[in-house]
Amino acid sequence: MISFRRSLSALLFSLLAGSALADATLLNASYDVARDVYKDYNPLFQKYWKAKTGESLELKQSHGGSSKQVRAVADGLEADVVTMNQANDVEFLAEKGLVAKDWTKKFPNNASPYTSAMVFIVRKGNPKGLKDWGDLAAPGVQVIVPHPKNTGNGRNTYLSAWAWALKQPGGNDQKAQEFVGKLLKNAPLFAAGGRDATTTFMQRQLGDVLVTFESEAEMIAKEFGKGNFEVVYPSLTLQTEFPVAVVEKVVDKKGTRAQATAYLEYLWSREGQENAAQNYLRPRDPDLLKKYAAFFPPVKTFTVDEVFGGANKAFVTHFKDGGSFDRIYVQK
Amino acid sequence: MAAKTQRVLPGFGLALGYTLVYLSLLILLPLGGMILKTADLGFAQILDIALGERSLAAFRVTFGASLLAAGINAFFGLIVAWILVRYPFPGKRFVDALVDLPFALPTAVAGITLATLYAGNGWLGSHLEPLGLKVAYTPLGIVVALTFVTLPFVVRTLQPVIEDIETEVEEAAASLGASRWQTFARVIFPALFPALLTGFALAFARALGEFGSVIFIAGNLPLISEIVPLLIISKLEQYDVLGATALAVVMLALSFILLLAVNALQWWTANRHKNAEPLEAAAGRAAGGQS
Repeated sequence: MISFRRSLSALLFSLLAGSALADATLLNASYDVARDVYKDYNPLFQKYWKAKTGESLELKQSHGGSSKQVRAVADGLEADVVTMNQANDVEFLAEKGLVAKDWTKKFPNNASPYTSAMVFIVRKGNPKGLKDWGDLAAPGVQVIVPHPKNTGNGRNTYLSAWAWALKQPGGNDQKAQEFVGKLLKNAPLFAAGGRDATTTFMQRQLGDVLVTFESEAEMIAKEFGKGNFEVVYPSLTLQTEFPVAVVEKVVDKKGTRAQATAYLEYLWSREGQENAAQNYLRPRDPDLLKKYAAFFPPVKTFTVDEVFGGANKAFVTHFKDGGSFDRIYVQK
Repeated sequence: MAAKTQRVLPGFGLALGYTLVYLSLLILLPLGGMILKTADLGFAQILDIALGERSLAAFRVTFGASLLAAGINAFFGLIVAWILVRYPFPGKRFVDALVDLPFALPTAVAGITLATLYAGNGWLGSHLEPLGLKVAYTPLGIVVALTFVTLPFVVRTLQPVIEDIETEVEEAAASLGASRWQTFARVIFPALFPALLTGFALAFARALGEFGSVIFIAGNLPLISEIVPLLIISKLEQYDVLGATALAVVMLALSFILLLAVNALQWWTANRHKNAEPLEAAAGRAAGGQS
């Protein structure tokens, strides 16, 4: 009994000591598949911050679907920073007054430290000869995508196809909607999420092409072997951004503004950028982009701001109830 | 209160108070909050959301698949429960434990496993698809997932009731000349029916709200294989909390009406059964033919 009590108090003491050792704690609310990026990034920042200020930081992570995380923060999850994969999620926090209205200006590059691109994953040898978005809408091709209305990955695919159709000779919104409609008719199902789409395509061998993030292709290679598929870069695709922001209300309350800002700023440092590249996310640093050129072949991209006038506008026009997705599927 | 009944155990008042507080905290408070939230929307708006083409299709799919799944389980669950109670066989305890597994398994795991099994290259799907039977990524897949998830309800509600029916009752019916079918239809089944309905209602209610297992096998195509819980999530993804609660309230109202109907049916049959005759008399009546 005594030894039990002793070990219990030892445990309690070590827990207390553990939190006492850290001078401050930061919580990063992040999207689902960012786990690896920030797991590697956090020790880098801790080391940097300790060397710079002598302060030891405890860094906590919370991961989940991007918009679920944002709702949690809006409902009171005390995250110092948010690192998301959809701008309209951060926009929602800005509307609620938790994040600065001009959050895209607080950090360089539209407050997105790294990017990715939407690419095609096809079967080995590309038996259907799928080269560009137009081929995906051809009869007899099966396209695997996550739900275009409910998932970030699906929305990015949708916007990429739409923008491509707009840029074709004589392209306009009417034609783009017809094109995207044709492409989506080639989807035998809408997967529940990005990883579910990957499983459906790779493991269940369903479909001729999977549209996903460039970074996901490397994950597939690790999981299913490099020889089982090919990556195809379309002629034009969406540069997906991963916006970050300081949650003003929380850092003011906790007094962690300096640490939280530095945590995000350091993502643009050489070390932060290299860490992104090693996790197959395109760094903003041009030198590193060159260094890791084997992972990141040149591709012509557009941003949501350029073609759709901002993430929120794109969201309202296409994915909100009554938007273009609903018109394609429901109101024929 | 006319006559104060003497109870063996004290503390009725305390227990009742506890029951009311417990139920209020766990059920009435969240549901009340939800309904209050929809008060921000007008009745017309709620109907507008619920009667949209996409919502209507989803309601059809959800209620249709849930009824079908509960029906399948009512039939096969009865057989499973009967076998488990009445017949000794090797590995019986193991089979009995298997029945509870769908409760224990995280539903997403169930959904992914079923999708893998029934996909075109899966163990089952590769045999079914040549026959023209596509299960994964069709509404049929939804029924399969819901049948799996709700299996324990019917079996577990029936087992104790079957245990209560002594085999002597069957023997009595037989010795009085009832055929096997008569014994089942006129003696056993009426005794089981109320519990069967309870199991059916539980399975049905559980199926209506099921999300995790369904989305991985449904295919989620608008108007074809979207379930109401997915539409609710879809609204939440748009930060449309009001729209989501509106759908939830409509769903709740429909489920409540259906469950109430099932309960009424159960009450009615139980009453009829009680007024009719004890089992032994039923056994005699079954043997005698028409009563």
